[in-house]
Amino acid sequence: MTDLTSLTLAEARKGLAAKTFTSLELTDAHLSAIEAARVLNAFVMETPDRARDMAKAVDAKIAKGEGGPLAGIPLGIKDLFATKGVRTTACSKILGNFVPTYESTVTSQLWRDGAVMLGKLNNDEFAMGSANETSCFGPVGNPWRREGSNTTLVPGGSSGGSASAVAALLCMGATATDTGGSIRQPAAFTATVGIKPTYGRCSRWGIVAFASSLDQAGPIARSVRDAAMLLRSMAGHDPKDTTSVDIPVPDYEAAIGKSVKGMKIGIPREYRLDGMPAEIEKLWSEGAALLKAAGAELVEVSLPHTKYALPAYYIVAPAEASSNLARYDGVRYGLREQGKTIIELYENTRAEGFGAEVRRRVMIGTYVLSAGYYDAYYLRAQKVRTLIKKDFEDCFAKGVDAILTPATPSAAFGIGEKGGADPVEMYLNDIFTVTVNMAGLPGIAVPAGKDAQGLPLGLQLIGRPFDEETLFSLGEVIEQAAGRFTPARWW
Amino acid sequence: MSTATHKLLKGSTGDWEVVIGMEIHAQVTSNAKLFSGASTAFGGEPNSHVSLVDVAMPGMLPVINEECVRQAVRTGLGLNAKINLRSVFDRKNYFYPDLPQGYQISQYQSPVVGEGEVIIDLDGGKTATIGIERLHLEQDPGKMLHDRSPSLSYIDFNRSGVALMEIVSKPDIRDAEQAKAYVTKLRSIMRYLGTCDGDMEKGSLRADVNVSVRRPGAPLGTRCEIKNMNSIAFIGQAIEYEARRQIEILEDGGEIEQETRRFDPNKGETRSMRSKEEAHDYRYFPDPDLLPLEFSQDFVDALKAKLPELPDQKKARFVADFGLSAYDASVLVAERESALFYETVLDKLASRARDGKMAANWVINELFGRLNKEGRDITASPVDAAQLAAIIDLIGEGTISGKIAKDLFEIVWQEGGDPRALVESRGMKQVTDLSAIEKVVDDIIAANPDKAAQVKDKPQSLGWFVGQVMKASGGKANPQSVNDLLKSKLGV
Repeated sequence: MTDLTSLTLAEARKGLAAKTFTSLELTDAHLSAIEAARVLNAFVMETPDRARDMAKAVDAKIAKGEGGPLAGIPLGIKDLFATKGVRTTACSKILGNFVPTYESTVTSQLWRDGAVMLGKLNNDEFAMGSANETSCFGPVGNPWRREGSNTTLVPGGSSGGSASAVAALLCMGATATDTGGSIRQPAAFTATVGIKPTYGRCSRWGIVAFASSLDQAGPIARSVRDAAMLLRSMAGHDPKDTTSVDIPVPDYEAAIGKSVKGMKIGIPREYRLDGMPAEIEKLWSEGAALLKAAGAELVEVSLPHTKYALPAYYIVAPAEASSNLARYDGVRYGLREQGKTIIELYENTRAEGFGAEVRRRVMIGTYVLSAGYYDAYYLRAQKVRTLIKKDFEDCFAKGVDAILTPATPSAAFGIGEKGGADPVEMYLNDIFTVTVNMAGLPGIAVPAGKDAQGLPLGLQLIGRPFDEETLFSLGEVIEQAAGRFTPARWW
Repeated sequence: MSTATHKLLKGSTGDWEVVIGMEIHAQVTSNAKLFSGASTAFGGEPNSHVSLVDVAMPGMLPVINEECVRQAVRTGLGLNAKINLRSVFDRKNYFYPDLPQGYQISQYQSPVVGEGEVIIDLDGGKTATIGIERLHLEQDPGKMLHDRSPSLSYIDFNRSGVALMEIVSKPDIRDAEQAKAYVTKLRSIMRYLGTCDGDMEKGSLRADVNVSVRRPGAPLGTRCEIKNMNSIAFIGQAIEYEARRQIEILEDGGEIEQETRRFDPNKGETRSMRSKEEAHDYRYFPDPDLLPLEFSQDFVDALKAKLPELPDQKKARFVADFGLSAYDASVLVAERESALFYETVLDKLASRARDGKMAANWVINELFGRLNKEGRDITASPVDAAQLAAIIDLIGEGTISGKIAKDLFEIVWQEGGDPRALVESRGMKQVTDLSAIEKVVDDIIAANPDKAAQVKDKPQSLGWFVGQVMKASGGKANPQSVNDLLKSKLGV
């Protein structure tokens, strides 16, 4: 029973069905692991009682042969998802002890399918960050360390808690959100699998908004198959979110193991950056080679507006964020810092409640939407966005099935190592991932190897709209070839 | 029908022309709010009609209420306006405690309804055409309550998220009368359509009035905006005051400062609220939570096919079919309920071709006159349409005279009852038996030989004889027969 936490979700499903162990045993094993790994700071709220209650209830159902597709599987939930009766803060002081009276659509679908909630996971404040260092609950530790070093590294962000917890075997899978790379970059930093589905695939209802036109929920998991299983439950049309799309959710798991023979894989030349570490370059070529070995055809493609993606992203996302975060004003819920006038109350509350990075982005967003700057910044960024989208459309129109790129320009780095003097240094982490959000496409990050220091590196596959299945098929090919990576336990 | 000329204001240095444009905020008649399922009922306990969306809980998303869109399109059609098959919802960003999201969802560059026009009805049957710039949908904010505590303010979010139509006019209005007529007409059209109840006391209809003055023919002057007017009478007073204020400043060599002003109904004056420098930068941008609002021409056509007859169409029909004057017709159609009453009377008349015009006179003069005197609404009239139609039938068929009809109307007003039966039971029938009338005529002539002798020289004194005969017959003699008989007997 000691190794229950090392199972994949797919393996655990088998064991539960065969009654080799119960959900309560599986849940308890993970609760113990969470307790032992508090140094990672992955969980900001543990809900053991609720977890055990849910597990017992599911066990009763399984006994009657009634469990759903995720029956008895213990999961962690990013703190951006509203969970009914459980504190939800987006890891911001400004939400204080906010306890929603409602459950997000995505998590309610997980519970519908029998999953068990272990607790809430750490993330960058309002999902703004690429290292999980902006959380009001403090940074998250990456279970991976450089060989021969005791330096704690970041797990990436913003879904740092999700990635760290899944990599450290604290939960069998986790919900995450991705606005510019917040699922894929931490997945790459922790040797986990993360997929950001097509915009509109998962409902945003009940997820604390960062940038509404870019935000998408997705899973971080231990394997490609696990990610496919989780996404199937998370996805689906929701009439409460106008931007969610009313098309059926396929059985993503059926795509696993499907032949990729004859698939055309685009290798975009613009993703070969000056000064990119040779290891990343090597990983990318190896990934391409193994897809070729599996029968796929490699084609060089061009995405000419790639270089404008990051600057445009850092206009669009803060603009939307500045408006989305206006509701945190100290009037109705969350933190309130009194003032003599209502303006003072606003100023005191928001100065005290928001961290530095959030304040920076709110100010950038306010600036780019201001009269006299709107056309030069926001409008122009939206035009760039249209061009980026068209780049991909042109590419797919030529018969390309998916595009292969590195997931990140580097491996995980140390806490406090980046972005201290220049926030742009941190923003550059998202250079390969933001284009996908700007275009609304699905993207998956799959572990593909390690760097010279023993840190995991990931590859990204970008797909056609609503063609997550191809990404799962291709991702599994890489996974099979590269193998699974588990960090040595030091905590 | 004639087109109005507007009046100019006289200053000490010459004439001034007033230029007025209006933004009307009309609450959409709908059961649920614009982007949430919460009720729009008026007067509930504070915060009893509030959903998670209305108070902007984290992660909440707006979903458009299609009925509100249909109401906006209907209103647009009623304003003869261009309906935009694609429009966009934008966020208007500003901080205020009654605005939970920190932004109002509105429509900025692409409104659902574009240019249109409204014909307004002025004194003496004159009309003027006022251009409509646009109509867009937006959310109402909540309401601050400052009177519940000496130190705290409370907020009632019942209104938060209720759908409003903002209807923007072109600067085509030229004086207070036109402005009042414009609001009256818009309200009437929306009531006919059932898209806004127009209840200004409950805040269902509010107006922001932009006023500027200029020399006739000169370019537009600097305008001031008088915010949140909730009475048609106050709109008139505010414009009169504001125009005079601006003229005085300009004639003293001053300049008008563009600003937002408030009308104080107690003092009858406008006061500055904030200047242009203090104006908000609303940072409008398309709301990423909402897709563009798109519908087909078929959707519009289906709504158009089911529109009720609107006041202008009704007015034209009344003029054409019953020979009403433009003025009378516009009085009848001004309120949907009045028009409905008149049309019900028409339906019940024995001959609407014969008596349609008489019915209009009766509704306008006798009924409206009496209702106004008692401060009653047409819907609370003691005389119903069937009773009034019966009275008019009795006149039309010659059973009673117009004078007796007024007495009969009074009896029905006070006591109710079937007019025809009342005429029978109270002996109010007109005497048409010529021999009976002749006897009265003979008696009067016999009793007044001097006057009878004078009639030949003074034909106008015939009227005295008519009066005497009518008096003697208790008003029941047929006036035409009396006249004829007197003329032949007196040899006029």
